[in-house]
Amino acid sequence: MTTSAIAQNARKRIKTDDGFFLPEPSRLEKMLGPEWARVIRGLLTNPLSVTGLVVVILFITVAAAAPVLAPPLNAMADPYQIPRDGFGPTPQEPGTLWERSVPPIPFWYESVTGKTEWVHLFGTTSGQFDIYYGIVWGTRTALLVGILVVFAGLFIGLIVGSISGYYGGVVDDILMRITEIFMAFPFLLAALTLSAILVPLFGRGIWPSVIALVSFGWMGYARVIRGDILATKERDYVLSARTVGARDGTILLRHILPNAIFTTMVLASLDVGAIVLTFAALSFLGVGTDIGYADWGQVISFARSYILSLDTYWYIIVYPGAALILFGLGWNLIGDGLRDVLDPRMKK
Amino acid sequence: MAKLLEVSNLKTQFFTQDGIVHAVNGISYQVDQGETLAIVGESGSGKSVGVMSLIRLIPEPPGKIVDGQVMFDGQDLLKLSENELRSVRGNRIAMIFQDPMTSLNPVLTIGRQITEALELHLNMGREESRKRAIELLELVGIPGAASRLDDYPHQFSGGMRQRVMIAMGLSCDPQLLIADEPTTALDVTIQAQIVDLVERLKKELGMAIIWITHDLGVVAGMADRVIVMYSGFVVEEAAVDELYAQPRHPYTLGLLRSIPRLDLGRQKRLIPIDGLPPDLLDPPSHCPFAPRCVFNIEKCWQENPTLVTVGTDHKSACWVDISNVEIYDPSADQQNVEAL
Repeated sequence: MTTSAIAQNARKRIKTDDGFFLPEPSRLEKMLGPEWARVIRGLLTNPLSVTGLVVVILFITVAAAAPVLAPPLNAMADPYQIPRDGFGPTPQEPGTLWERSVPPIPFWYESVTGKTEWVHLFGTTSGQFDIYYGIVWGTRTALLVGILVVFAGLFIGLIVGSISGYYGGVVDDILMRITEIFMAFPFLLAALTLSAILVPLFGRGIWPSVIALVSFGWMGYARVIRGDILATKERDYVLSARTVGARDGTILLRHILPNAIFTTMVLASLDVGAIVLTFAALSFLGVGTDIGYADWGQVISFARSYILSLDTYWYIIVYPGAALILFGLGWNLIGDGLRDVLDPRMKK
Repeated sequence: MAKLLEVSNLKTQFFTQDGIVHAVNGISYQVDQGETLAIVGESGSGKSVGVMSLIRLIPEPPGKIVDGQVMFDGQDLLKLSENELRSVRGNRIAMIFQDPMTSLNPVLTIGRQITEALELHLNMGREESRKRAIELLELVGIPGAASRLDDYPHQFSGGMRQRVMIAMGLSCDPQLLIADEPTTALDVTIQAQIVDLVERLKKELGMAIIWITHDLGVVAGMADRVIVMYSGFVVEEAAVDELYAQPRHPYTLGLLRSIPRLDLGRQKRLIPIDGLPPDLLDPPSHCPFAPRCVFNIEKCWQENPTLVTVGTDHKSACWVDISNVEIYDPSADQQNVEAL
């Protein structure tokens, strides 16, 4: 028995008016309702998901503190453009002195590094882009892209899956066949092609890739939510809502979705990491952001010409790679934790 | 008394992959204002489908109401649009279900669920509907109603949840309350409480009730009139005292003889009805009860009897007048067994 199970058993029991004993609801439960309270409590008591939460919160902190951690060149400069120390093709080691276009030195710099001048903390890439700056500001890009793509995909998937599952019949057939057509394309290849097509329309930046990833990333949610809605709509409380005279929209949004959305949430949280990896892959292949845009995939892509001599120039791949892996790991741990909480076999 | 609901020739079928399931085969009955009508019958006899069809709650497809008329207060419910029907459901006709453990949404507070109907049908604001919800909870006997409004269903016991369900049903002062086996999932003491509660509410609020059950004991205590259903047909209809004293259909008689009774002593064996109800996918053209009937005559195998008046306010669908036939006495049989 885990400690939380013991804690739960020890919770004060209160006598109901008709003589039954029920555990007293916690504050969390009163605030969020029993299901959500269980999810949150589960996430906060599982060491793995707590690790995941810590990692993700760390990234959020880095993203929020980016102007302090790596100040941009000046107020006029686009902060998402990585400052470059010249144009030389050979990467430079971590610790090399920053010579050209040196950004202002932040207050913490001297006490942490013991140096009075900016050095390239993580080295520079080919083309002299500062890796440290790219990683710090790239965190913002990663969070933005990951969350944006997942939410947009979730939105489309929820609409398609809900309508499909709730109305069934011909509507279901049509929507599910469309979903299957989208699924038939290999994800990376389809996203690559679409973003390549979109680049001339939107210009280089995060948008072509974001749109491409959303376009081919919603089908999983649609299918999962459809299945859960098919199961949930047969529940008695849905029938009793119909008996009361509730509208279809109310039944779907208030009675079915809140009870059916949990599996989809697991999928979505697992996807945030995966989407950022794919986004980096698109950047690496050159269809994503502008050259020098602060994005982890972009930073890694500068290593393309040095792939054969990574033993010398390890830092051009290790630092951005570590950021990517850690980010993916964090979200995966949260997703796994969620899955454990929601899996009925794991219920206490 | 004035007629509230008149159902005539209601037919509901389910179009499945295996064929057409004849769930309800042309039933007719009426409910007066303030009256309690009990519908009894075994599982699969069409009780639930019959009443769900009244407000078109059966899943369509595969279900379909193929024929009939449901006159409620001068309106044919089967001809209303889905929108018009929504203003009847929960407002003028309310329904409560068998299992209170699953009929409440686990992620919403009960206050939220009770006020749903109030906001929908009576256009009440949040404050007003909360006030009314507290009144309703007090009405159904939940102590400390105001403090329990923000509780979730899992914080209530089964009996209390059924009370909440009843409060939800009563929220808009319905003219007709349909109770689909409301006590089946509860234990006996709670059953009695719920029956008492509904009786009391009926007196206070003056609504009509259709009470579906297979518990003839409950029926005897609270119904005014009883309908016995078998295989999608109404086989007998009578005032409650008349039905118990003078059952005129062999199936009703069989049901009555299979109830355990305290006053019969320990020597009497219960007499079950042999056999199984007919397959609704392939209903017989003769009397559906004939294969299980101890009174069956040749005519039973040729034609399905219709419901005919056999006494004052008493109808039965049987070719044989069983009140004139000597009933096989099981106690004699019992004595034989003991003699051996």
